[in-house]
Amino acid sequence: MPKRIENVGCPYCGVCCDDLVVTVSDDGKKILEVENACAIGNQIYHHATESERVRLPRLRQPDGTYKEISYDEAIDYAARVLYNAKKPLIYGFGSTNCEGMAAAAKVGEKAGAILDNCASICHGSSLLAIFDNGYPSCTLGEVKNRADVILYWGANPAHAHPRHMSRYSIFPRGFFTGKGHKSRKIIVIDPRYTDTARVADIYLQVKQGYDYDLFNAFRTVARGHEIPEEVAGIKREKILEVVEIMKNARFGTIFYGMGLCHTDGRNHNIDIAISLTRDLNDFTKWTIMAMRGHYNITGPNQVWSWQYGFPYCLDLSKRDIAHMNPGETSSIDLAMRGEIDAFFNVATDAGAHFPIEAVKELRKHPWITIDPNICMASEISDLHIPVGIVGVEVPGIVYRMDNVPVQYRKVIDPPEGVISDEELFERIYQRLCELEAEDAAKERVKTTAEGIPAED
Amino acid sequence: MKTVTLTMTNPPELYLEGQNITPDAFAGKTAAEIAAIDVWEGKLKSPLGKYFTVEGNGGATAAETRIILRGDCSRLKRVGQQMTAGEIVIEGDADMYIGGWMKGGKIHVKGNVDSFCGLAMEGGELIIDGKAGHHLGSSPRGEWRGMQGGLIRVAGSAGNDTATFMNGGTIIIGGDADIHVSTHAEGGTVIIKGNAKGRVGGQMVKGDIYVFGQIENPLPGFKQVGEVEQEVDGVKARFIHYIGDLGERHPVSKGKPVYGNIYTRI
Amino acid sequence: MSELLIKNGFVFDPLQGIRGDRMDIAVKDGRIVETSALQHPETIDASGMTVMAGGIDIHSHVVGPKVNVGRLFRPEDKLFKSPLKRCNRMEMGFSVPSTFKAGYDYARMGYVFVNEAAMPPLHSPHVHEEIRDTPIIDNAAMPVFGNNWFTLEYLKNHEIENNAAYTAWLLRATRGFAIKVVNPGGTEAWGWGLNCENVHDPVPYFEITPAEIIAGLIETNEHLGLPHSVHLHCNNLGNPGNYTDTLDSLKLAEGYTPKNNFGREQVLHATHLQFHSYGGDSWGNFESRAPDVIDYVNSHDNITIDIGQVTLDETTTMTADGPFEHHLRALNNLKWANTDVELETAAGVVPYIYSPKVKVCTIQWAVGLELALLSKDLMRTFVSTDHPNAGPFIRYPRVITWLMSRAARDATMKTFKWLERTIDATSIDGIDRELDLYEIAQMTRAGPAKALGISNTYGGLAPGMDADIAIYALNPENMPENPEEIEKALSRCACLLKDGVVTVRDGEVLTEPPKRTVWVDVKVPENAQVQRDIYEHFLRYYSVNLGNYSLFEEHLFNPRVIEVDTTQ
Ligand code: SF4
Ligand SMILES: [Zn+2]
Repeated sequence: MPKRIENVGCPYCGVCCDDLVVTVSDDGKKILEVENACAIGNQIYHHATESERVRLPRLRQPDGTYKEISYDEAIDYAARVLYNAKKPLIYGFGSTNCEGMAAAAKVGEKAGAILDNCASICHGSSLLAIFDNGYPSCTLGEVKNRADVILYWGANPAHAHPRHMSRYSIFPRGFFTGKGHKSRKIIVIDPRYTDTARVADIYLQVKQGYDYDLFNAFRTVARGHEIPEEVAGIKREKILEVVEIMKNARFGTIFYGMGLCHTDGRNHNIDIAISLTRDLNDFTKWTIMAMRGHYNITGPNQVWSWQYGFPYCLDLSKRDIAHMNPGETSSIDLAMRGEIDAFFNVATDAGAHFPIEAVKELRKHPWITIDPNICMASEISDLHIPVGIVGVEVPGIVYRMDNVPVQYRKVIDPPEGVISDEELFERIYQRLCELEAEDAAKERVKTTAEGIPAED
Repeated sequence: MKTVTLTMTNPPELYLEGQNITPDAFAGKTAAEIAAIDVWEGKLKSPLGKYFTVEGNGGATAAETRIILRGDCSRLKRVGQQMTAGEIVIEGDADMYIGGWMKGGKIHVKGNVDSFCGLAMEGGELIIDGKAGHHLGSSPRGEWRGMQGGLIRVAGSAGNDTATFMNGGTIIIGGDADIHVSTHAEGGTVIIKGNAKGRVGGQMVKGDIYVFGQIENPLPGFKQVGEVEQEVDGVKARFIHYIGDLGERHPVSKGKPVYGNIYTRI
Repeated sequence: MSELLIKNGFVFDPLQGIRGDRMDIAVKDGRIVETSALQHPETIDASGMTVMAGGIDIHSHVVGPKVNVGRLFRPEDKLFKSPLKRCNRMEMGFSVPSTFKAGYDYARMGYVFVNEAAMPPLHSPHVHEEIRDTPIIDNAAMPVFGNNWFTLEYLKNHEIENNAAYTAWLLRATRGFAIKVVNPGGTEAWGWGLNCENVHDPVPYFEITPAEIIAGLIETNEHLGLPHSVHLHCNNLGNPGNYTDTLDSLKLAEGYTPKNNFGREQVLHATHLQFHSYGGDSWGNFESRAPDVIDYVNSHDNITIDIGQVTLDETTTMTADGPFEHHLRALNNLKWANTDVELETAAGVVPYIYSPKVKVCTIQWAVGLELALLSKDLMRTFVSTDHPNAGPFIRYPRVITWLMSRAARDATMKTFKWLERTIDATSIDGIDRELDLYEIAQMTRAGPAKALGISNTYGGLAPGMDADIAIYALNPENMPENPEEIEKALSRCACLLKDGVVTVRDGEVLTEPPKRTVWVDVKVPENAQVQRDIYEHFLRYYSVNLGNYSLFEEHLFNPRVIEVDTTQ
């Protein structure tokens, strides 16, 4: 009898739908059907059992090919790389659970590493803005139950977060919003006329790169001052109209996306959006939320904040104190400047997401990929260690884009012998402790890692 | 005044963190003692003498100590961090955080510097003959009490995010400034002899900004209120006076709101 | 078989009425035993020192989402303010310490049990993850009920049994410990940017008043017979003139008597009362009304309080009182984080500087001390700083020193810019009382343990209890002249035994014995209506599925469950 598993959380995007129903085969090895997920979510599950999986760690050989090795050997190799590097970088964590992130932090602290996550190339600018200006936000259920004005700014959930609008923002009927879509005004601000803009009551086509100026205009108007005829390509009347709508909302939410945090000035665009949200709370209730990309990219921000007080870009290399300063301790900056001498790519694909110059710099040193899948990073690595897929083969806690923890389940077992991120990092930690103890016992032995870098 | 000369003879493979290279740390120490002071290359803590040759002893106090850095210091960070007195001369380029949290004394860099220089400065002088990177005289992450005092003078251009959360002191940029000048500022003066790209004075509560050239993209939150003649860094000139950021809160003093000021040269 | 004998210390155990007697305390296998039960004990020489049970913190914000917002959004709280690593893990942060630092610092002060003051139920997995990473100390966490839609709906119709069934369900779902109430009704109103400013101010849409919520929850609590009482953060926190609202809230407990099997004698714990004992009607004529409030408490023995002492530090305020934090942000213009939690609660976080140069701050400082020093029953009056709201918990030794020494208070008052006005606006200068170590033991272990309903296990030194024992280098017969020495001795205990394991020596953490999560499991009769209501609310209003809401067993760290059976 195939087994139906309910309340399954989707390990894809930050919407973190936890209402999936997954049917698995008799032997618990194959996923037969996934209900309730969007197309992308659906694919994640089927990919897990239909594609060819790597079952053992693979070490690069002198001829450039990969050779399978045991987990013990891989763990020893990884530990030695960390141990011998002056400034190793452990980066990624877009797609794993918080347990894995906590274990990785233990390793990073022991190894004196830089610990960073994908926010560094994505919503890091949001975090910078939060440091400077706070974050008046709410959980997504609040939006569903109360919001009568929704503003998407530089975000296109129709593509990036397919069920966002139906579960939380535009369409659902909540406690005070029984009429659903009809009870809400939707505003979309974006340089491109996106699919999300199509459902908007008001669409403002902001001039690319002028978001800050437009926010500034909103704030200036909200305080009763004059603004020029046109700002950021938007006519004054339109700006006045939107400000009136915002001030008269009962409960409003600004959802912003990469359009805002990746154009000029980055964090300042978010910062002034937060200022606007603050201002609007003098009139009525407004909240703001980042449309975080991956299902648990909020996780490392949480875990490392409670462990060190910093959500990303942690420099643990001083070993007795943590330091953080994005712009210096951020992965791309470190890589481009040549500050790094070993790289761990964990649960992400830096090979695909980093600028090519950064990849080239990093490739001068050992590169280890820890990921369930074959990806660009795994193919340019010196060592690839496969792990189980969180949310499919490994359970755990993940943090949704609104920082709500969601408990994920596993629906099938990982391929035989494949371990979780958490177990892997715990074992690397043990090995590091052993190396440290060995060294404490005798003089420091300089062991260079075996394995030869692949061709670029 | 006694002079300690550090010459970079064995540059680091990565970058070197030299927060202990200050007159305060060198004062009262002999050359040999100075060579034993800690510096960091990543997690590797080593004596300064591993990378530099050291000549000369420190003075009795920080105020009586001058440090001269020679050789390629372009991968050296944090020189002069938290210094209270004395002098540092860097003969070429230097990296990040030069003069960070500086309280007094003088640093003269004859080349360029990277980002975060003069961060959270409280006093003293930081003179840069070349260009400065981003976050010049800015505030550390999350800190709303940015630069409090002192003078930063950069002959060349500066990157973005100059003087964020500035509270006091003066920053003079000989060339152009990239976007974001005095964002969230609540005091202090920034003088830009060249052009400013945009977002000048965004979310600014108080403080003054002078731009001798053009502001490429002025913010809608600033309003022209008149013309003034003023002497700025020794130059007498006429300026158009703007107040703002009108989108931001402003304190009230003697019944009148206090704004941030931008002056652009006519 | 581990045996330990703590010899010759001056023992203070208010639960047994031991007042500094010179005696030995015996420990075997993690428990306190009769000295006669030991065969070959190792001994710890405590002669000339003070021996107490491990400290109990009844109200502190150390784990969970809003604490973590405080950490995340204040990198400057770490910069040049974090100590260097001395234990297993780094210790980062000043006002909002990392979980590791919190555990180590509490242990260094001789504390063993910390009650997390507010757990948003929806975020309980987060709270438990942080509990896992908080070393050494045992933790409990109180889910918030005072703005929960279920609670509001049941209590509107006075359905105590239904509310009790829901409460039992939520305690289990969140692995929670007690009923916490924060700004009842006001936080729900904050969902619309509004507030309930007094106990009769109705909650928008829910047709209930804060007074009805408080009384209904007291009834619910006594109906269930939980170990702890209702734990209340009153309406209108922090505002001039709020003492009348506080008295109105406290009066709601009149007529209720405690019903429980845990030795608890109060029906209401009013927390951080300092923030609720203000007179005047503006910041200009702001003044202390602590005497009025503590007089009421003195004459009503079904109430306990903690003081919420201002420590005069730069700190981070954080509370489920969303409207208050919004209000505070407008006063100091600093960064403001807010998280409204669907159907349940909210939270706000704002940095704050309690400066000795600011009159309101120094008056607040005096108010907290007045409450403690004018209290007639220190078994009902507890030390707290509402960490980190009025100051970080690492200042408890300083707070205790102020309580024990007029000279220490005078020394601090000398630094006040508005000393005269502070003296005029408070009664602090007229108070000479100096508490002794027995009274401090009442306020920091025996009293809170009893109020929490855990005094059979924690807070005392009777045989059978956990061997959580703190030894301080303080000789009660020869107390240091210099009050700073008292503070030092309390900050770094000479020795802490946790479950019989020597955990701290001379203020340094030696080892990390396993910590526990303490929670309350209440058995109630089947209640089909409540089950249906829960099902419906999740279907329609929550954003997570019911099946994923209750904490999975695998995320509960080393539990110690207290069972309550109401079906008997
Ligand atoms: S919206 Fe996102 S989380 Fe939901 S099913 Fe689609 S990919 Fe998964
Ligand atoms: Zn509290």
